[in-house]
Amino acid sequence: MPARTPRRSGPEDPGQPDDVRRPGPAGSRGVAFPARLWRALEQHPAPGARAVQRAWRSPLRGPWLTSVFGVVLLVSLPVVIITGLLDYAAYGPQFGQAFPHDVGWLRLPPFDWPTRPSWLFRLTQGLHVGLGIVLIPVVLAKLWSVVPKLFDWPPARSVAQVLERLSLLLLVGGILFQIVTGLLNIQYSYLFGFDFYTAHYFGAWVFTVALVSHVALKLPRMVTALRSRPARDVLHTSRAATRPEPADPDGLVPALPEQATLSRRGAVALVGGGSLLLAVLTVGQTLDGPLRRAALLLPRGRNPGTGPNGFQINRSAAAAGIRPADTGPDWQLTLTGAGSTVQLDRVALLAMGQHTARLPIACVEGWSTLQTWTGVRLRDLAVLAGVTDPASAHVQSLESAGLFRQATLQSNQVLDPDSLLALRVNGVDLSVDHGYPARVIVPALPGVHCTKWVARIEFRSRGDE
Amino acid sequence: MSEVVARLRTGYGAGLRHALLMILCLAVAGWVALRLADEATAGPMLLWFVGAVVSHDLILFPGYATVDRALRRAARGGGREVGPARSSLLNHVRIPALAAGILFLVFLPGILGLSEDTYRAATGQDRFPYVARWLAISGGLFLISATVWVIRLARWRQRSGQPVASGPG
Repeated sequence: MPARTPRRSGPEDPGQPDDVRRPGPAGSRGVAFPARLWRALEQHPAPGARAVQRAWRSPLRGPWLTSVFGVVLLVSLPVVIITGLLDYAAYGPQFGQAFPHDVGWLRLPPFDWPTRPSWLFRLTQGLHVGLGIVLIPVVLAKLWSVVPKLFDWPPARSVAQVLERLSLLLLVGGILFQIVTGLLNIQYSYLFGFDFYTAHYFGAWVFTVALVSHVALKLPRMVTALRSRPARDVLHTSRAATRPEPADPDGLVPALPEQATLSRRGAVALVGGGSLLLAVLTVGQTLDGPLRRAALLLPRGRNPGTGPNGFQINRSAAAAGIRPADTGPDWQLTLTGAGSTVQLDRVALLAMGQHTARLPIACVEGWSTLQTWTGVRLRDLAVLAGVTDPASAHVQSLESAGLFRQATLQSNQVLDPDSLLALRVNGVDLSVDHGYPARVIVPALPGVHCTKWVARIEFRSRGDE
Repeated sequence: MSEVVARLRTGYGAGLRHALLMILCLAVAGWVALRLADEATAGPMLLWFVGAVVSHDLILFPGYATVDRALRRAARGGGREVGPARSSLLNHVRIPALAAGILFLVFLPGILGLSEDTYRAATGQDRFPYVARWLAISGGLFLISATVWVIRLARWRQRSGQPVASGPG
């Protein structure tokens, strides 16, 4: 392969696997152990391997473009990863209600999820899903820019390169797996047939550790490549003046490039435009009012009906198996705590001190909506049950099946002055789909833990634990 | 120490930092694999993980690269336009096509209506597949792109002194 062999070597970098195409320290071509294997591999290319190596044409491929996409992902992917881990923490893993349960060391240190700011979960989950979608064009562009490496021959020249290829399989498989499972989940399409939480959580860790390794190995190359071509120059280079980068040690620059059909600034703008398009079509699911309709292709892009109860539902009463008789005048709320049991009907609850709070309800699927809720403070109900210093509260729904028919609230979530057993929303009674006769609403709590059709609340004092 | 590092370099093919990072990466992935091996759905998970890479590298990428190569070839041959107009026409087809493609991939379940029952349970609403919306958005993008190209073509011709009316428009 004469066109590729005489590559200029990059700056010496101790993190990179030695490239045997480069002269070794002694001036000779070094081959790692077992040398015979790597030589044989090099001398016996797979059918078509050489042809594929010569087939790359884009003059834009090269370390600079790869590094631009790389630096965007380097800055933004940690946000997606951290918000994802925070969402796990928001589910209350200390009560065994975050999925998957058994995660060993692969989690954030335990802490009580705060109730302030009330839009915290709306923000973290909105960012996780929204940014995850917006980054898809960047991920695909990054993969496009490095795809010649996949077809490189020989595939490895040392054990180090074999392992690195394996870690890249985890990296690429990880990001694609996360994107695919995430996209299917927010669109209610469970084609994959396995538990989404388990797959997405552990997939994230495989991806994260592969990303950390990749960044640790490639960061110096990224910095060098970005410095090689000032952004100002790229901005002022037209398509006609666009030339390939000098040959690089990674072999990203094609041996036989065609004339550019797109400038570098054009390629970056194209990918950015793709992200912008996805952003415009996604952000609507976190907005209220007419702008919600901008999420034209997402399930949460329309409001279910009009009026005070015309906002998003996560689980309809019919789907939860709630019958009209369950929520009729005979409905009673049972409060337990400190050995006593109190029963209240809806009239009695309405006769208690009412509090109104404007709080978001935000779903793990990334959508959210801000509504005005009215009801009884949870801490007042705790006092009624004889618990003045609750350590936690266990809320049960009338729903008899379903993953989220119950939830445990932390002490701060019971005591927050805006934490309510809501009876009304936007000035009217809750609709049955929104949890009539009564539902929980707590600042910054994931929507699925704001239990609907509440039947029972058990307040546990610190001594009980 | 330096002798150990040198031997690592000859035997392993990279330095100590590389080896430690690979051990970390494979250890965590291995732990996850062992943790998930007991799950009844471990097989499908692995299949989707590997399947995602194979689908991208051996289907999606060759697919769009082949389409793009065909478009470039079509743009090279035929037509009277030269220079910027020729390349520009290629991009005015390529860019909306890419946008329509990414929208289709990202919103595929909604566009094809793959989730009606789950959707009804979750939202209390019936839904129709969004294929009409996707077609409308994609059509709109092609239309905008074509309009911009016609305007640019007219400008190039004015600059090069050709009559605008003779264009294929």
